[in-house]
Amino acid sequence: MYRYDEFDQAIVDARVAEFRDQVARRLNNEISEEAFKPLRLMNGIYLQLHAYMLRVAIPYGTLDSRQLHMLAHIARRYDRGYGHFTTRQNIQYNWMKLEEMPDLLADLASVEMHAFQTSGNCIRNISSDQFAAAAADEIADPRPYAELLRQWSTLHPEFSFLPRKFKIAVTGSTIDRAAIQLHDIGLELVHGAEGEIGLKVLVGGGMGRTPLLAHVIREFLPVADYLSYMEAILRVYNRHGRRDNIYKARIKILVNDLGPAEFARQVEEEWAALKPLGLDPPPSELARIAAHFQPPVLDADAPVEIDLSNPEFANWVAVNTHPHKVPGHAIVTISLKAPGEIPGDASADQMDLIADLAKAHAQDEIRVTHAQNLVLPHVRRDALFTIWQALKGAGLATANLDRASDIISCPGLDYCTLANARSIPIAQKLAVRLAPQEADLGELKIKISGCINGCGHHHAGHIGILGVDRKGEENYQLLLGGSGAEDASLAKILGPGFDENGIVTAVEKVIGRYQSLRSGPGERFLDTYRRVGAEPFKEAVYG
Amino acid sequence: MPRLLTGNRVETGDVIWWTGDGWSLHLKDAIAVDDSGEALIAQFSPQERINDLALIDADPSDAGWRPRTTRERVRAVGPSVRPDFALPSIPVESI
Amino acid sequence: MAESTLFRLRDDPQDSSWAHGDPAVPLDAYQAGGTAVRLEPGDDARALIPHLASLRRIDIAFPKFREGRGFSAARILREAGFAGEIRAVGVLYVDQLGFLVRAGFDAVLPEKPFDADVARATLARFPHVYMKAADTARPVWLLREERALAAR
Ligand code: SF4
Repeated sequence: MYRYDEFDQAIVDARVAEFRDQVARRLNNEISEEAFKPLRLMNGIYLQLHAYMLRVAIPYGTLDSRQLHMLAHIARRYDRGYGHFTTRQNIQYNWMKLEEMPDLLADLASVEMHAFQTSGNCIRNISSDQFAAAAADEIADPRPYAELLRQWSTLHPEFSFLPRKFKIAVTGSTIDRAAIQLHDIGLELVHGAEGEIGLKVLVGGGMGRTPLLAHVIREFLPVADYLSYMEAILRVYNRHGRRDNIYKARIKILVNDLGPAEFARQVEEEWAALKPLGLDPPPSELARIAAHFQPPVLDADAPVEIDLSNPEFANWVAVNTHPHKVPGHAIVTISLKAPGEIPGDASADQMDLIADLAKAHAQDEIRVTHAQNLVLPHVRRDALFTIWQALKGAGLATANLDRASDIISCPGLDYCTLANARSIPIAQKLAVRLAPQEADLGELKIKISGCINGCGHHHAGHIGILGVDRKGEENYQLLLGGSGAEDASLAKILGPGFDENGIVTAVEKVIGRYQSLRSGPGERFLDTYRRVGAEPFKEAVYG
Repeated sequence: MPRLLTGNRVETGDVIWWTGDGWSLHLKDAIAVDDSGEALIAQFSPQERINDLALIDADPSDAGWRPRTTRERVRAVGPSVRPDFALPSIPVESI
Repeated sequence: MAESTLFRLRDDPQDSSWAHGDPAVPLDAYQAGGTAVRLEPGDDARALIPHLASLRRIDIAFPKFREGRGFSAARILREAGFAGEIRAVGVLYVDQLGFLVRAGFDAVLPEKPFDADVARATLARFPHVYMKAADTARPVWLLREERALAAR
């Protein structure tokens, strides 16, 4: 994985010094909160319901054990012993003290990590496929392209005060694990006519108040010029994106208002002006970065057959591992969704354990998924049992990947100052209720947000739940039929909302109706919904 | 209806309540500021030591103040999903 | 806005009428040959390209903190070869100086004056930059390339 050189380190260290200075000025009252707030936000620091919250960037969701140990240390030293992995592949800490933040950022910098641009109206952390470099279905590792984007977007002088936040995702596979159709820019590595690698460019996807799927504005972008092309997209957006209404300020609204064809034309025109300016680094820079992402040397003769006589272990292997591109290996997903627990939360001890396992058995790599789980991407199959035993001892061996209890949930009103309703308790109740039957249900993605901002991706849920405020009471809307994968679609509201217990019952009714309607055990809820439409479910819930 | 004055301490982010002669971490120490609330906010705002100063509605109950909204009850007690961190104000179950 | 808040990074004299005293005219009142003009956030900076030879100073307005279009406007003007003064005017904080300079501004007239020490520290803060922009700073990829060539 990428390692900083002295330039990268100097920039991150300077940022720590800058923030130390800014915090000192705020604590001395040299600057007002009004002036300070945008500064702390650009370092990922929010004031939430109980304390400051810090969002640490995990670029393209990749960590090594040293970094995960540091995240554990931060949880212990500066927080209350845990952290929350988010749908943006980042980690958030909930109990931060402003006065300790400069030391914390210095600790992060010591392991080549930072909180650059994890908030604010700028280009946010670049997300990617959690199975990068391990999945059999990928064209190439997307992370070198993501890393170059990270560097290019860091402290960008023109694009740090955009109309609204800006999220970019990159994938190297046609199986979309990075939800590229739901990002401001989605990039997919593709082969050109001569077999060379290029990028397919999608623009204008997103969730929130106006969920929209992205449009392809370029089928093939040569990698040599992709940064100047990004620059062109961002410039068109910065100049023409709406700034009069925060709910209409994302690029998706501009793309929609102009129409994708006209938007693409303006980008091409801007690109023609920008490309000759020498903004693109030479190919040697991408090659330098790519050299850090050499695939690990794995033993292709590692045994494929392993002892699966322990049924609990065999079930975990079947549910939570994926085939690796190298025979005898597997991709392990560690569920942070034990039913009844808080989705995405991990204790410092759990982080340390996972870091140790990664070091011992997984080429020292850990990935964070947008579904708030962790991944060990390169594991010998004959080490799976050892790993499983260690995970089990720490409450981390839940075999529920992509199943009913693997629920995505934003922090909601238990932590978030923007929330209308709590999301975590709904996730906990649903997971406990649905876990016993989830094996029969197969793939079922439930996603919960505590407000219209949609951090819990409710619009991309097979079943989505949105917390709203109804006359001061928590109320929940039920949405069906979304997907954030390559078959992306936006979930639609089924009908009037429910209270906390009502929404749990309503989901159970939807699932009951699905079980009676599905054509066979292979038909997922989403497929059944797409086949039969919303009516039967409406009838089941409201009839 | 009784109104309480609350905010977050700038250094720590801690949720704090106005007690009449200072600030407390505990809702139970809060006093009703009622009509003097706006004047207190006008007094404290320029000092820039407390962020997000706000007046919230609360009702007296046997267990002490009970803020009207879920949001303010969560702020006063802690996350409803982490009873282990609950502050001694209203019972966490009653959020 | 007091004139004393003007923070200037150019070393040419500021006492000539164009640089300091002349009120910049709004874009739609601008007439060919004018030396100073003011762009509002919604104005198209490219409309000035035919006039860059006569212009000595272009003010770009930042009516509120969240406004960011001026960063594109300044860079577009520098890309078009404008070498006169580009002044950022409005709600701007000293911590934004690095962005402003890199986007092509060489003067700032903030609503509240900048602390000179903080301004100096801010401008000296980052030893390297990741991307080319409107200033002369050389991005790290260029430094890396040079170093790799030298090593050969
Ligand atoms: S969806 Fe709303 S409630 Fe949930 S984390 Fe995002 S802003 Fe907060």
